[in-house]
Amino acid sequence: MAFAATFQSCGATCYKEKRLSTLTLQQLSGRGGGPYDLTIGPGECVGLSGPSGSGKTLLLRAIVALDEHGGQVFLDDQSIREIKAPEWRRQVAMLPSEIFWWFDRVGDHFSVVNHVWLNALGFDQGVLEKPVSRLSTGERQRLGLVRMISHQPKVLLLDEPTASLDEKTTHQVETLVAGYRNAHGAPVLWVSHDERQLERVADRCFAMKQGELTPRRDQ
Amino acid sequence: MNVIPLSAGDLWIAAGLVCALGLLSLQMKLHLAGQLCVAACRTTVQLFLVGFVLKALFAHVAWYWVALMASIMLVAAAREVTARQKHRFKGWWGIGVGGFAMFVSSFSVAILALVLIVGATPWYAPQYAVPLLGMLLGNTMNGISLGLDNMIQAVCQQQGQIEQRLLLGQDRRQVMVEIRQNSMRTGMIPIINAMAAAGLVSLPGMMTGQILAGSPALEAVKYQILIMFLITAGTGFGLLGALWIASQRLFDDRHRLRLDALKQT
Repeated sequence: MAFAATFQSCGATCYKEKRLSTLTLQQLSGRGGGPYDLTIGPGECVGLSGPSGSGKTLLLRAIVALDEHGGQVFLDDQSIREIKAPEWRRQVAMLPSEIFWWFDRVGDHFSVVNHVWLNALGFDQGVLEKPVSRLSTGERQRLGLVRMISHQPKVLLLDEPTASLDEKTTHQVETLVAGYRNAHGAPVLWVSHDERQLERVADRCFAMKQGELTPRRDQ
Repeated sequence: MNVIPLSAGDLWIAAGLVCALGLLSLQMKLHLAGQLCVAACRTTVQLFLVGFVLKALFAHVAWYWVALMASIMLVAAAREVTARQKHRFKGWWGIGVGGFAMFVSSFSVAILALVLIVGATPWYAPQYAVPLLGMLLGNTMNGISLGLDNMIQAVCQQQGQIEQRLLLGQDRRQVMVEIRQNSMRTGMIPIINAMAAAGLVSLPGMMTGQILAGSPALEAVKYQILIMFLITAGTGFGLLGALWIASQRLFDDRHRLRLDALKQT
Protein backbone atom coordinates (compact mmCIF):
# COMPACT_ATOMS: atom_id res chain seq x y z
CA MET A 1 0.00 0.00 0.00
CA ALA A 2 2.83 2.32 0.92
CA PHE A 3 4.45 1.61 -2.44
CA ALA A 4 1.18 2.20 -4.30
CA ALA A 5 0.79 5.54 -2.52
CA THR A 6 4.35 6.48 -3.44
CA PHE A 7 3.67 5.60 -7.05
CA GLN A 8 0.49 7.61 -7.11
CA SER A 9 2.48 10.64 -6.04
CA CYS A 10 5.13 9.70 -8.60
CA GLY A 11 2.48 9.66 -11.28
CA ALA A 12 1.46 13.14 -10.33
CA THR A 13 4.92 14.65 -10.01
CA CYS A 14 7.23 12.76 -12.33
CA TYR A 15 5.46 13.18 -15.64
CA LYS A 16 5.05 16.78 -16.66
CA GLU A 17 3.08 16.00 -19.79
CA LYS A 18 1.55 12.97 -21.37
CA ARG A 19 3.10 12.48 -24.81
CA LEU A 20 1.39 9.85 -26.89
CA SER A 21 3.82 8.01 -29.14
CA THR A 22 3.58 5.07 -31.50
CA LEU A 23 6.49 2.82 -32.47
CA THR A 24 6.26 1.16 -35.89
CA LEU A 25 8.58 -1.48 -37.33
CA GLN A 26 8.27 -1.74 -41.09
CA GLN A 27 10.04 -4.64 -42.79
CA LEU A 28 12.78 -4.35 -40.17
CA SER A 29 15.53 -6.94 -40.60
CA GLY A 30 18.90 -7.37 -38.97
CA ARG A 31 21.44 -9.92 -37.82
CA GLY A 32 18.73 -11.73 -35.87
CA GLY A 33 16.34 -12.29 -38.77
CA GLY A 34 13.24 -10.57 -40.06
CA PRO A 35 11.71 -8.79 -41.80
CA TYR A 36 9.45 -7.76 -38.91
CA ASP A 37 6.31 -5.63 -39.07
CA LEU A 38 4.94 -4.49 -35.75
CA THR A 39 3.14 -1.45 -34.37
CA ILE A 40 3.06 -0.65 -30.66
CA GLY A 41 0.55 2.02 -29.78
CA PRO A 42 0.68 4.74 -27.11
CA GLY A 43 0.87 3.22 -23.63
CA GLU A 44 0.73 -0.31 -25.04
CA CYS A 45 3.01 -3.08 -23.79
CA VAL A 46 3.99 -5.87 -26.18
CA GLY A 47 5.61 -8.98 -24.69
CA LEU A 48 8.24 -10.94 -26.56
CA SER A 49 9.41 -14.42 -25.62
CA GLY A 50 11.38 -17.13 -27.34
CA PRO A 51 14.30 -19.48 -26.84
CA SER A 52 17.79 -18.14 -26.19
CA GLY A 53 19.51 -17.21 -29.44
CA SER A 54 16.26 -16.69 -31.33
CA GLY A 55 17.10 -13.05 -32.02
CA LYS A 56 15.09 -11.11 -29.39
CA THR A 57 18.02 -8.99 -28.22
CA LEU A 58 19.20 -8.46 -31.80
CA LEU A 59 15.73 -7.13 -32.68
CA LEU A 60 15.97 -4.59 -29.85
CA ARG A 61 19.51 -3.62 -30.97
CA ALA A 62 18.24 -3.05 -34.51
CA ILE A 63 15.39 -0.84 -33.24
CA VAL A 64 17.86 1.41 -31.39
CA ALA A 65 20.26 1.43 -34.37
CA LEU A 66 23.01 -0.33 -32.42
CA ASP A 67 23.29 -2.89 -35.24
CA GLU A 68 23.00 -2.45 -38.98
CA HIS A 69 19.49 -3.13 -40.24
CA GLY A 70 17.26 -3.06 -43.26
CA GLY A 71 13.74 -1.68 -43.36
CA GLN A 72 12.37 1.18 -41.29
CA VAL A 73 11.50 2.11 -37.73
CA PHE A 74 9.16 5.03 -37.10
CA LEU A 75 8.51 6.95 -33.92
CA ASP A 76 5.18 8.51 -34.82
CA ASP A 77 5.93 9.90 -38.28
CA GLN A 78 9.68 10.29 -37.76
CA SER A 79 11.93 7.71 -39.37
CA ILE A 80 15.00 6.29 -37.63
CA ARG A 81 17.02 7.48 -40.63
CA GLU A 82 15.94 11.11 -40.24
CA ILE A 83 17.16 11.54 -36.67
CA LYS A 84 20.77 11.43 -35.45
CA ALA A 85 21.41 8.12 -33.69
CA PRO A 86 22.18 9.56 -30.19
CA GLU A 87 18.95 11.59 -30.28
CA TRP A 88 17.00 8.53 -31.48
CA ARG A 89 18.40 6.47 -28.58
CA ARG A 90 17.39 9.16 -26.08
CA GLN A 91 13.81 8.85 -27.35
CA VAL A 92 13.73 5.09 -27.97
CA ALA A 93 15.55 3.74 -24.91
CA MET A 94 16.77 0.20 -24.49
CA LEU A 95 17.57 -1.45 -21.16
CA PRO A 96 20.00 -4.33 -21.89
CA SER A 97 19.91 -7.51 -19.83
CA GLU A 98 23.41 -6.80 -18.49
CA ILE A 99 23.83 -3.32 -17.05
CA PHE A 100 27.24 -1.65 -17.29
CA TRP A 101 28.72 1.16 -15.19
CA TRP A 102 31.89 3.11 -15.87
CA PHE A 103 32.42 5.56 -13.01
CA ASP A 104 33.26 4.44 -9.47
CA ARG A 105 30.30 6.13 -7.78
CA VAL A 106 26.65 5.35 -8.61
CA GLY A 107 25.55 9.00 -8.59
CA ASP A 108 28.11 9.98 -11.24
CA HIS A 109 26.10 7.99 -13.80
CA PHE A 110 22.99 10.14 -13.34
CA SER A 111 22.64 13.51 -15.02
CA VAL A 112 19.12 13.81 -13.57
CA VAL A 113 18.06 12.01 -10.40
CA ASN A 114 14.41 11.30 -9.72
CA HIS A 115 14.16 10.39 -6.04
CA VAL A 116 10.55 9.23 -6.35
CA TRP A 117 11.56 6.58 -8.85
CA LEU A 118 14.53 5.59 -6.69
CA ASN A 119 12.18 5.17 -3.71
CA ALA A 120 9.69 3.26 -5.86
CA LEU A 121 12.36 0.63 -6.50
CA GLY A 122 13.39 0.42 -2.85
CA PHE A 123 16.37 2.79 -2.76
CA ASP A 124 17.05 5.88 -0.69
CA GLN A 125 19.26 8.82 -1.73
CA GLY A 126 22.26 7.22 -0.02
CA VAL A 127 22.59 4.72 -2.87
CA LEU A 128 23.93 7.50 -5.09
CA GLU A 129 27.01 7.79 -2.87
CA LYS A 130 27.71 4.07 -2.99
CA PRO A 131 30.58 2.62 -5.02
CA VAL A 132 29.28 0.60 -7.98
CA SER A 133 31.47 -2.33 -6.91
CA ARG A 134 29.32 -2.77 -3.77
CA LEU A 135 26.04 -3.13 -5.68
CA SER A 136 24.44 -6.54 -6.15
CA THR A 137 23.43 -7.69 -9.64
CA GLY A 138 19.76 -7.01 -8.81
CA GLU A 139 20.54 -3.51 -7.52
CA ARG A 140 22.49 -2.75 -10.69
CA GLN A 141 19.54 -3.90 -12.79
CA ARG A 142 17.00 -1.75 -10.91
CA LEU A 143 19.27 1.28 -10.86
CA GLY A 144 19.87 0.79 -14.59
CA LEU A 145 16.11 1.12 -15.12
CA VAL A 146 15.96 4.34 -13.06
CA ARG A 147 18.97 5.71 -14.97
CA MET A 148 17.25 4.96 -18.28
CA ILE A 149 13.85 6.47 -17.50
CA SER A 150 15.46 9.52 -15.88
CA HIS A 151 15.91 10.80 -19.43
CA GLN A 152 12.12 10.41 -19.94
CA PRO A 153 12.27 8.43 -23.20
CA LYS A 154 9.19 8.11 -25.39
CA VAL A 155 9.60 4.33 -25.91
CA LEU A 156 10.94 1.62 -23.58
CA LEU A 157 12.63 -1.53 -24.89
CA LEU A 158 13.27 -3.85 -21.95
CA ASP A 159 15.49 -6.90 -22.32
CA GLU A 160 14.73 -9.22 -19.38
CA PRO A 161 14.56 -6.33 -16.89
CA THR A 162 13.77 -8.57 -13.90
CA ALA A 163 16.02 -11.55 -14.65
CA SER A 164 18.08 -11.03 -11.48
CA LEU A 165 15.28 -9.90 -9.16
CA ASP A 166 13.24 -11.55 -6.44
CA GLU A 167 9.43 -11.55 -6.38
CA LYS A 168 9.07 -8.32 -4.41
CA THR A 169 11.46 -6.24 -6.51
CA THR A 170 10.08 -7.80 -9.71
CA HIS A 171 6.66 -6.48 -8.68
CA GLN A 172 8.17 -3.04 -7.98
CA VAL A 173 9.72 -2.93 -11.47
CA GLU A 174 6.48 -4.09 -13.14
CA THR A 175 4.50 -1.41 -11.29
CA LEU A 176 7.01 1.33 -12.12
CA VAL A 177 7.02 0.45 -15.83
CA ALA A 178 3.19 0.24 -15.91
CA GLY A 179 2.96 3.65 -14.23
CA TYR A 180 5.49 5.13 -16.64
CA ARG A 181 3.78 3.88 -19.78
CA ASN A 182 0.32 4.87 -18.60
CA ALA A 183 1.32 8.30 -17.42
CA HIS A 184 3.69 8.95 -20.31
CA GLY A 185 1.79 7.23 -23.11
CA ALA A 186 4.97 5.29 -23.89
CA PRO A 187 4.95 2.13 -26.00
CA VAL A 188 6.85 -0.73 -24.28
CA LEU A 189 8.46 -3.81 -25.82
CA TRP A 190 9.18 -6.25 -22.98
CA VAL A 191 11.43 -9.29 -23.59
CA SER A 192 11.16 -12.07 -21.03
CA HIS A 193 11.46 -15.83 -20.67
CA ASP A 194 8.82 -15.71 -17.96
CA GLU A 195 5.48 -16.39 -19.69
CA ARG A 196 3.46 -15.59 -16.56
CA GLN A 197 5.17 -12.23 -16.24
CA LEU A 198 4.35 -11.38 -19.86
CA GLU A 199 0.71 -12.30 -19.20
CA ARG A 200 0.72 -9.86 -16.27
CA VAL A 201 2.40 -6.90 -17.97
CA ALA A 202 1.70 -7.17 -21.71
CA ASP A 203 -1.35 -6.26 -23.76
CA ARG A 204 -0.18 -8.49 -26.61
CA CYS A 205 2.44 -11.22 -26.71
CA PHE A 206 4.60 -12.58 -29.51
CA ALA A 207 6.91 -15.57 -29.65
CA MET A 208 10.09 -15.35 -31.65
CA LYS A 209 11.32 -18.48 -33.33
CA GLN A 210 13.97 -18.68 -36.01
CA GLY A 211 13.75 -14.99 -36.74
CA GLU A 212 9.95 -14.84 -37.04
CA LEU A 213 7.32 -13.25 -34.81
CA THR A 214 4.21 -15.26 -34.02
CA PRO A 215 1.28 -13.81 -31.99
CA ARG A 216 0.88 -15.74 -28.72
CA ARG A 217 -2.72 -14.87 -27.92
CA ASP A 218 -5.49 -12.72 -29.32
CA GLN A 219 -6.37 -9.50 -27.57
CA MET B 1 86.65 17.34 -34.41
CA ASN B 2 88.99 14.66 -33.04
CA VAL B 3 87.27 11.38 -33.88
CA ILE B 4 89.06 8.35 -32.52
CA PRO B 5 88.57 5.76 -35.28
CA LEU B 6 87.41 2.29 -34.23
CA SER B 7 89.14 -0.77 -35.61
CA ALA B 8 87.53 -4.13 -36.35
CA GLY B 9 89.27 -5.43 -33.24
CA ASP B 10 87.49 -2.83 -31.08
CA LEU B 11 84.13 -4.07 -32.37
CA TRP B 12 85.17 -7.70 -31.75
CA ILE B 13 85.86 -6.89 -28.11
CA ALA B 14 82.28 -5.56 -27.71
CA ALA B 15 80.92 -8.53 -29.69
CA GLY B 16 82.85 -10.84 -27.38
CA LEU B 17 80.89 -9.51 -24.42
CA VAL B 18 77.60 -10.30 -26.19
CA CYS B 19 78.92 -13.80 -27.02
CA ALA B 20 79.87 -14.32 -23.38
CA LEU B 21 76.35 -13.34 -22.34
CA GLY B 22 74.93 -15.76 -24.91
CA LEU B 23 77.09 -18.62 -23.61
CA LEU B 24 76.10 -17.87 -20.04
CA SER B 25 72.40 -17.84 -20.98
CA LEU B 26 72.88 -21.20 -22.74
CA GLN B 27 74.40 -22.68 -19.61
CA MET B 28 71.63 -21.21 -17.43
CA LYS B 29 68.95 -22.36 -19.94
CA LEU B 30 67.46 -18.85 -20.21
CA HIS B 31 66.40 -19.42 -23.84
CA LEU B 32 67.91 -16.08 -24.78
CA ALA B 33 70.96 -17.14 -26.76
CA GLY B 34 69.15 -17.54 -30.08
CA GLN B 35 67.36 -14.20 -29.83
CA LEU B 36 70.58 -12.46 -28.74
CA CYS B 37 72.48 -13.94 -31.68
CA VAL B 38 69.83 -12.97 -34.23
CA ALA B 39 69.43 -9.45 -32.80
CA ALA B 40 73.20 -8.85 -32.71
CA CYS B 41 73.58 -10.09 -36.30
CA ARG B 42 70.65 -7.93 -37.45
CA THR B 43 72.12 -4.85 -35.75
CA THR B 44 75.51 -5.39 -37.40
CA VAL B 45 74.15 -6.07 -40.89
CA GLN B 46 71.44 -3.36 -40.81
CA LEU B 47 73.77 -0.66 -39.49
CA PHE B 48 76.55 -1.48 -41.96
CA LEU B 49 74.01 -1.46 -44.80
CA VAL B 50 72.60 1.89 -43.73
CA GLY B 51 76.18 3.15 -43.35
CA PHE B 52 76.89 2.33 -46.98
CA VAL B 53 73.57 3.88 -48.03
CA LEU B 54 74.32 7.06 -46.08
CA LYS B 55 77.83 7.22 -47.54
CA ALA B 56 76.34 7.04 -51.04
CA LEU B 57 73.61 9.58 -50.13
CA PHE B 58 76.18 12.04 -48.76
CA ALA B 59 78.25 11.65 -51.92
CA HIS B 60 75.31 12.20 -54.31
CA VAL B 61 73.07 14.85 -52.76
CA ALA B 62 69.70 14.77 -54.56
CA TRP B 63 66.22 15.34 -53.19
CA TYR B 64 64.79 12.19 -54.79
CA TRP B 65 67.31 9.89 -53.08
CA VAL B 66 66.50 11.51 -49.74
CA ALA B 67 62.77 11.14 -50.48
CA LEU B 68 63.25 7.45 -51.34
CA MET B 69 65.16 6.86 -48.11
CA ALA B 70 62.49 8.71 -46.11
CA SER B 71 59.71 6.65 -47.74
CA ILE B 72 61.44 3.37 -46.91
CA MET B 73 61.90 4.51 -43.30
CA LEU B 74 58.22 5.52 -43.08
CA VAL B 75 56.91 2.20 -44.43
CA ALA B 76 59.18 0.26 -42.06
CA ALA B 77 57.98 2.37 -39.10
CA ALA B 78 54.31 1.99 -40.09
CA ARG B 79 54.78 -1.78 -40.27
CA GLU B 80 56.39 -1.85 -36.84
CA VAL B 81 53.46 0.13 -35.35
CA THR B 82 51.00 -2.60 -36.30
CA ALA B 83 53.31 -5.58 -35.87
CA ARG B 84 53.06 -5.75 -32.08
CA GLN B 85 49.34 -5.07 -31.71
CA LYS B 86 47.00 -7.83 -30.55
CA HIS B 87 44.14 -6.34 -32.54
CA ARG B 88 44.67 -4.26 -35.66
CA PHE B 89 42.52 -2.64 -38.31
CA LYS B 90 41.69 -4.77 -41.33
CA GLY B 91 43.17 -4.06 -44.74
CA TRP B 92 45.18 -0.94 -45.50
CA TRP B 93 43.80 0.77 -42.42
CA GLY B 94 46.12 -1.45 -40.34
CA ILE B 95 49.25 0.17 -41.67
CA GLY B 96 47.54 3.38 -42.80
CA VAL B 97 46.38 4.76 -39.41
CA GLY B 98 49.86 4.88 -37.86
CA GLY B 99 51.62 5.51 -41.18
CA PHE B 100 49.56 8.54 -42.13
CA ALA B 101 49.83 10.09 -38.65
CA MET B 102 53.61 9.52 -38.60
CA PHE B 103 53.95 10.92 -42.11
CA VAL B 104 52.12 14.12 -41.27
CA SER B 105 53.71 14.75 -37.88
CA SER B 106 57.30 13.53 -38.37
CA PHE B 107 57.75 14.92 -41.87
CA SER B 108 56.26 18.31 -41.09
CA VAL B 109 58.28 18.67 -37.86
CA ALA B 110 61.46 17.50 -39.64
CA ILE B 111 60.97 19.91 -42.56
CA LEU B 112 60.18 22.74 -40.17
CA ALA B 113 63.37 22.05 -38.21
CA LEU B 114 65.53 21.67 -41.33
CA VAL B 115 64.30 24.87 -42.95
CA LEU B 116 63.81 27.19 -39.98
CA ILE B 117 66.24 25.94 -37.34
CA VAL B 118 69.15 23.95 -38.85
CA GLY B 119 69.27 26.01 -42.04
CA ALA B 120 71.49 23.61 -43.99
CA THR B 121 72.08 24.10 -47.72
CA PRO B 122 70.23 22.56 -49.44
CA TRP B 123 67.57 22.17 -46.75
CA TYR B 124 67.24 18.42 -47.50
CA ALA B 125 71.00 17.81 -47.05
CA PRO B 126 71.02 14.10 -46.15
CA GLN B 127 73.63 14.56 -43.43
CA TYR B 128 70.99 16.41 -41.40
CA ALA B 129 67.67 15.26 -42.91
CA VAL B 130 68.14 11.51 -42.59
CA PRO B 131 69.31 11.33 -38.94
CA LEU B 132 66.73 13.92 -37.87
CA LEU B 133 63.90 12.11 -39.58
CA GLY B 134 65.16 8.79 -38.26
CA MET B 135 65.07 9.99 -34.67
CA LEU B 136 61.64 11.57 -35.13
CA LEU B 137 60.17 8.50 -36.81
CA GLY B 138 61.66 6.10 -34.28
CA ASN B 139 60.22 7.94 -31.29
CA THR B 140 56.89 8.79 -32.92
CA MET B 141 56.59 5.13 -33.86
CA ASN B 142 56.98 4.08 -30.21
CA GLY B 143 54.43 6.60 -29.00
CA ILE B 144 51.83 5.82 -31.67
CA SER B 145 52.31 2.10 -31.27
CA LEU B 146 51.74 2.25 -27.49
CA GLY B 147 48.83 4.70 -27.73
CA LEU B 148 47.00 2.86 -30.51
CA ASP B 149 47.45 -0.50 -28.83
CA ASN B 150 46.10 0.94 -25.58
CA MET B 151 43.05 2.43 -27.32
CA ILE B 152 42.14 -0.68 -29.31
CA GLN B 153 42.60 -2.97 -26.29
CA ALA B 154 40.44 -0.70 -24.14
CA VAL B 155 37.66 -0.57 -26.73
CA CYS B 156 37.66 -4.37 -27.10
CA GLN B 157 37.59 -4.89 -23.32
CA GLN B 158 34.98 -2.18 -22.62
CA GLN B 159 32.55 -3.01 -25.43
CA GLY B 160 29.66 -3.43 -22.97
CA GLN B 161 30.30 -0.09 -21.26
CA ILE B 162 30.68 1.74 -24.56
CA GLU B 163 27.42 0.35 -25.94
CA GLN B 164 25.64 1.12 -22.66
CA ARG B 165 26.71 4.76 -22.97
CA LEU B 166 25.61 4.84 -26.61
CA LEU B 167 22.24 3.45 -25.51
CA LEU B 168 21.89 6.34 -23.07
CA GLY B 169 22.22 8.78 -25.97
CA GLN B 170 25.92 9.67 -25.78
CA ASP B 171 27.72 10.14 -29.09
CA ARG B 172 30.97 8.47 -30.16
CA ARG B 173 33.07 11.45 -29.05
CA GLN B 174 31.62 11.39 -25.53
CA VAL B 175 32.06 7.64 -25.04
CA MET B 176 35.70 7.80 -26.13
CA VAL B 177 36.81 10.72 -23.93
CA GLU B 178 38.40 8.71 -21.11
CA ILE B 179 39.83 6.04 -23.41
CA ARG B 180 41.42 8.68 -25.63
CA GLN B 181 42.89 10.50 -22.62
CA ASN B 182 44.41 7.28 -21.26
CA SER B 183 45.80 6.28 -24.65
CA MET B 184 47.33 9.72 -25.15
CA ARG B 185 48.97 9.52 -21.73
CA THR B 186 50.29 6.02 -22.42
CA GLY B 187 51.79 7.06 -25.75
CA MET B 188 53.48 10.14 -24.31
CA ILE B 189 54.98 8.44 -21.24
CA PRO B 190 58.28 7.36 -22.93
CA ILE B 191 59.17 10.82 -24.23
CA ILE B 192 58.05 12.58 -21.03
CA ASN B 193 60.17 10.14 -19.00
CA ALA B 194 63.09 10.68 -21.38
CA MET B 195 62.85 14.46 -20.96
CA ALA B 196 62.50 14.21 -17.19
CA ALA B 197 65.49 11.87 -16.84
CA ALA B 198 67.74 13.51 -19.47
CA GLY B 199 71.08 14.45 -17.96
CA LEU B 200 70.17 13.12 -14.51
CA VAL B 201 69.65 9.42 -15.04
CA SER B 202 71.14 9.02 -18.49
CA LEU B 203 72.92 10.94 -21.21
CA PRO B 204 70.81 10.78 -24.36
CA GLY B 205 72.24 8.68 -27.21
CA MET B 206 72.68 11.41 -29.77
CA MET B 207 74.44 13.72 -27.35
CA THR B 208 76.72 10.92 -26.20
CA GLY B 209 77.51 10.13 -29.84
CA GLN B 210 78.37 13.74 -30.61
CA ILE B 211 80.59 14.05 -27.54
CA LEU B 212 82.37 10.78 -28.38
CA ALA B 213 82.84 12.10 -31.92
CA GLY B 214 84.60 15.17 -30.51
CA SER B 215 81.87 17.86 -30.51
CA PRO B 216 82.01 20.51 -27.75
CA ALA B 217 79.72 19.42 -24.90
CA LEU B 218 77.52 22.53 -25.00
CA GLU B 219 76.94 22.21 -28.76
CA ALA B 220 75.92 18.60 -28.21
CA VAL B 221 73.57 19.71 -25.42
CA LYS B 222 71.90 22.30 -27.66
CA TYR B 223 71.36 19.74 -30.42
CA GLN B 224 69.96 17.28 -27.88
CA ILE B 225 67.48 19.81 -26.47
CA LEU B 226 66.38 20.67 -30.00
CA ILE B 227 65.87 17.00 -30.83
CA MET B 228 63.99 16.30 -27.58
CA PHE B 229 61.54 19.13 -28.23
CA LEU B 230 61.07 18.09 -31.86
CA ILE B 231 60.46 14.48 -30.85
CA THR B 232 57.95 15.57 -28.19
CA ALA B 233 56.02 17.69 -30.68
CA GLY B 234 56.19 15.02 -33.39
CA THR B 235 55.06 12.25 -31.03
CA GLY B 236 52.28 14.36 -29.51
CA PHE B 237 50.83 15.59 -32.81
CA GLY B 238 51.25 12.16 -34.45
CA LEU B 239 49.55 10.46 -31.52
CA LEU B 240 46.66 12.93 -31.56
CA GLY B 241 46.17 12.27 -35.27
CA ALA B 242 46.45 8.49 -35.01
CA LEU B 243 44.02 8.29 -32.07
CA TRP B 244 41.54 10.57 -33.83
CA ILE B 245 41.62 8.50 -37.04
CA ALA B 246 41.36 5.25 -35.04
CA SER B 247 38.40 6.44 -32.96
CA GLN B 248 36.60 7.56 -36.15
CA ARG B 249 37.25 4.16 -37.70
CA LEU B 250 35.95 2.30 -34.63
CA PHE B 251 32.49 3.84 -35.06
CA ASP B 252 30.28 4.45 -38.07
CA ASP B 253 28.20 7.50 -38.90
CA ARG B 254 25.26 6.06 -36.91
CA HIS B 255 27.46 6.05 -33.77
CA ARG B 256 27.68 2.26 -33.71
CA LEU B 257 30.76 0.51 -32.33
CA ARG B 258 32.34 -1.39 -35.25
CA LEU B 259 34.66 -4.02 -33.82
CA ASP B 260 34.31 -5.78 -37.17
CA ALA B 261 36.81 -3.20 -38.47
CA LEU B 262 39.44 -5.05 -36.42
CA LYS B 263 41.11 -8.40 -36.73
CA GLN B 264 43.09 -10.37 -34.19
CA THR B 265 46.73 -10.93 -35.04
